[in-house]
Amino acid sequence: MRRALWILAVLLSHWRRHPMQLATLLIGLISATALWSGVQALNQQARSSYDRAAAIFGGARTPMLVATDGKMLPSSVFAELRRAGWPVSPVVEGRVQIDGRSIRLLGIEPFSIPKEVGDAPTVGRSELESFLTPPHRTLISPETLADLGLKESAAPRLSNDALLPPLMAQQQLAPGVLVVDISDAQRLLDKPGQISRLLVGKMSGKLPPLREFAAGRLQLVQPEAETDLERLTDSFHLNLTAFGLLSFVVGLFIVNSAIGLAFEQRLPVLRTLRACGVSARQLNSVLIGELIAFALVAGLVGLVCGYVIAAALLPNVAASLRGLYGAQVPGELNLRPEWWLAGLIISVAGALAAATTSLIKSMRLPILSTALPYAWQEAQRRWLRLQSSVALAFFAAAGLLLWFGQSLLAGFGVLAALMLGAALLLPAVLQLVLRLGERGARGALAQWFWADSRQQISGLSLALMALLMALAVNVGVATMVETFSRTFLVWLDGRLAADIYISAADEAQARDLQAWLRTRPEVQAVLPGGRAEVQVAGAPIDVLGLPDHDTYREHWPLLQAGDNPWKQLVRGDAGFVSEQLARRLNLSLGDSLDIPAPAGDWRISIAGIYADYGNPKGQVTVNVAALTRRFPATPMTRMAVRAAPADVPGVIAALTDKFGLDGRNVVDQATVKQESRQIFNRTFAVTGALNTFTLGVAAIALLTSLLTLANSRLPQLAPLWAIGLTRRRLAEVELLKTLSLAGLTALLALPLGLLVAWCLIAIVNVKAFGWRLPFDVFPLQLIRLLIVTLFAALIASLLPVLRLARMQPADLVRTFTIER
Amino acid sequence: MSARATLTRRRLIGGLGLLALPRLAHAQGFAGLSDSADGFAPVTPGKTFSFPADHGPHNDFRIEWWYITANLSGPSGKAFGLQWTLFRSAARPGPQGEGFDNQQLWMAHAAVTRADSHRSTEKYARGGIGQAGVEAKPFQAWIDDWQLRGTDTTDDQALAPLDMSASAPDFSYALHLEADRPVVLQGINGYSRKSERGQASYYYSQPFYRARGRLTFDDQPVEVTGQAWLDREWSSQPLSPDQSGWDWFALHFSGGEKLMLYRMRQGNGNYTSGTWVTADGASRPLGPDGIVMNPTETVAIGERKLPVGWRVEISALGIAIDSAPLNPKAWMGTRVPYWEGPISFKGSHTGVGYLELTGY
Repeated sequence: MRRALWILAVLLSHWRRHPMQLATLLIGLISATALWSGVQALNQQARSSYDRAAAIFGGARTPMLVATDGKMLPSSVFAELRRAGWPVSPVVEGRVQIDGRSIRLLGIEPFSIPKEVGDAPTVGRSELESFLTPPHRTLISPETLADLGLKESAAPRLSNDALLPPLMAQQQLAPGVLVVDISDAQRLLDKPGQISRLLVGKMSGKLPPLREFAAGRLQLVQPEAETDLERLTDSFHLNLTAFGLLSFVVGLFIVNSAIGLAFEQRLPVLRTLRACGVSARQLNSVLIGELIAFALVAGLVGLVCGYVIAAALLPNVAASLRGLYGAQVPGELNLRPEWWLAGLIISVAGALAAATTSLIKSMRLPILSTALPYAWQEAQRRWLRLQSSVALAFFAAAGLLLWFGQSLLAGFGVLAALMLGAALLLPAVLQLVLRLGERGARGALAQWFWADSRQQISGLSLALMALLMALAVNVGVATMVETFSRTFLVWLDGRLAADIYISAADEAQARDLQAWLRTRPEVQAVLPGGRAEVQVAGAPIDVLGLPDHDTYREHWPLLQAGDNPWKQLVRGDAGFVSEQLARRLNLSLGDSLDIPAPAGDWRISIAGIYADYGNPKGQVTVNVAALTRRFPATPMTRMAVRAAPADVPGVIAALTDKFGLDGRNVVDQATVKQESRQIFNRTFAVTGALNTFTLGVAAIALLTSLLTLANSRLPQLAPLWAIGLTRRRLAEVELLKTLSLAGLTALLALPLGLLVAWCLIAIVNVKAFGWRLPFDVFPLQLIRLLIVTLFAALIASLLPVLRLARMQPADLVRTFTIER
Repeated sequence: MSARATLTRRRLIGGLGLLALPRLAHAQGFAGLSDSADGFAPVTPGKTFSFPADHGPHNDFRIEWWYITANLSGPSGKAFGLQWTLFRSAARPGPQGEGFDNQQLWMAHAAVTRADSHRSTEKYARGGIGQAGVEAKPFQAWIDDWQLRGTDTTDDQALAPLDMSASAPDFSYALHLEADRPVVLQGINGYSRKSERGQASYYYSQPFYRARGRLTFDDQPVEVTGQAWLDREWSSQPLSPDQSGWDWFALHFSGGEKLMLYRMRQGNGNYTSGTWVTADGASRPLGPDGIVMNPTETVAIGERKLPVGWRVEISALGIAIDSAPLNPKAWMGTRVPYWEGPISFKGSHTGVGYLELTGY
């Protein structure tokens, strides 16, 4: 033991003499752990919150009982169902107006809310008592509270003169909804003895059939496995995870670089120790122990940093997800112990992985071989060849995966293989470019410049590789995000082209609504639609009926279409299919698809394929008249309304007043769209921040490598100074060299980044979600990134260069006196 | 029975808070005991009980319960215990609110116990909408699909026969109850004092139920028979502020006699009371003096130490018995937790019964 401590002391002395190296090692480990754990924390937080999902909202995750005719149900059906063993909980929903603003009001019954929905999802333990103690409370999100310009515990008066119970802010609640006790909701909405729907908890045992209740008016609506927007958050989490992984790898590159350098510099010490009788096993144990200790310390710091990063990003992530779902991710990080443990394990595992080559070398260390300080760089040259062949092997693997891989994992495999291959190939490519430059060089200084740059590559290669990867991913992700954002917005505009969407309670009401809407001068068009559900190839598919109208002709997000696609639809024997469905069933334009209809199969030819991002369900769009001919039972209760944006609130208010429609029946799409945009802007803000972090890590890698090299390069620089170059000139040359290396790397990163973007868009997204985004290149974005990179390189090289420029001539002279 | 009352108060306060932490509930419940009964009907001596009306709810009073425990045995003589409880608590006095605006909160507990297992569950519902309630004639008490109900031919004086059922994910039961003697008024003609300071409740029992039916543990049914005991109690302010908890017994003697006993733990000692019921149904109030109740065995459940074994002596009746629990871990892990389980006793007399421990 004592001996081990002595060995450790000897080994540690190295770090005392090279604090910069130690810093590099620790920074690498810290940044690797920090970003990885930060991202994990965000994902964990978000995912753990999903289960408390929007049940209280639309029952996205909870089965519901609704009236088959879409009308309200009598309260008594609740007790009848409960007494028969049905685990149901009533909800009353509607809209109220505060200061002319229309807001959704939700009445819940906290005692019976199913546990699966979460233990009274919006009502915390301490709040329930006040929620139910007169005068009761109204739960409201802080955002909506601020929007309304109201204070907590205010009791605003509604437009119908009813008094809302005092407001109570709830961090977790979705904006734009007020939650009250069901008794208050019935009073405020003037719906005594009525309920809108029933949430259904976990059903067990034999339950009496639904037809025995409410005169057979009940219908069980099963939740969809995943909602559209949920799908989109999946891809959001995928992005986060990919970022975390990348940062981790980049961090490990730094660690690997630092450990490799330290190992080479410690070779004489190791040999001396071995010569003194220390066994290889003991030496290696101490080396590993030292590394694990570093990894644990750095891991802890990294976890704290990860926590800070996650906490900083969480508001945006939470805002995105809250907007998507409703009351979702709490704004406060709540981490499980596993998270801390996993962070430490990944730090140690990463450090050991990064040190593998060095440790293996030290195990095989020949005792008697002479200590050669430059053995590292010599070996590096041989290494370069080996590295390049490994890179080619990676490319080959990427190609094979691309060709044969089917799964999402294969998609990520392609990405990883491409990145690693490119990173490994980088030094060789840089060598090549520099050799070409050297050939064209005029004058001694220029020639030295190229040659020395080349010589320097081995020392900087790991940092440059990290930079390459960070840049490539930056380009890739930025391209994808930009594409995604534009596509999504265009798609949203196309899909939500109408201004108001209405779902009438029954066909009679639908007719009344249409007649009334047509008399309104501000209504530009009323577009009735229908929807049927069928099974095709064992999966449920929605058949959407749309009227032949400019609104759709001009906006429907068709990706491919034949001639006069909308005319074909009117004929009734053609339809559009969603991209996902086309991929799944391998359909292309002109193919035909049989839709099982009540009176036999309905064969339609594919006249177009349209984007339906985020929808896990296949969809076919046909003309609405054709749909009702083939599916006579389709309720014609849905309609879209075109109106000038300024008139929309008026129309909705009039609909609410005249027909008693509520949030379930009338959707103002301008609001939905705006909310969706906000959500995605926030999502992209998170991605942008992570992007910056990754680039920052790469810049740190560059800085630490340069600092490490700075001292060892004195012997190369001193002769030039002696020949007559000023220190200032030398510094300029050094700066130029670093910048050109970084610039070259950045230039190489651009095509690689575009390749990464293509992989994400064409492979990962398609495999993960079944839809493909169009691939666009955004040159301005690329130029901006190039400038940022050069700026980062400039900052990274500034410190060593300034040191060189201010170096005492005596230090330069002393170089010649030291035998090297 | 004041023990029972404290429990109920605390449970209902906890119930209203629904999710209040047990420790907090303890503190609040303790303070809540001195809640004023303003606006609710007072409990005064001299009430004349009238059945079937008094089997139904008394909405003018703050709290009320229908409480059944049963000591049962299976075909091979294996012992089981069972509990079915429905509580009513009014959030405010005055006229009954319409529909969901009703001020009555209903809470129910069900449990089954055998030597190696104890399971319990609870339900909450509000009044006014028919999800839970009690009707006097024909008698029925229910919450969701749990029920305790009679028929048109149910005898109002004996409150028998009745059918009782409850279910949870991991247990269920259905029992038929019969009795041929009338209900027994506790305390002085049904006026049951809970402390020296006058807190009291109206209280009657039916300790003579013969029970048979089926009990299911994890989908494994077992046919059972045995004895059951109903407690009916209502009040508006049953407890004094310094009472911290109680130890309560309902005992079926092998000779057919019944004994109800409680010990209220309070600042300046204990308040003890009980009722002795002979096999033919004649009753005699006991205490507060002349009853000795001492713990002989404790069990630790979490941080709590519960006296599950007891020595009970009532010299006036020649009773000196030692009781032992069927399952010392008969812990009700409900929102406000307590211990409630079947026991057996021997000594001067033998028999079975139920023990309830609260405030530990």
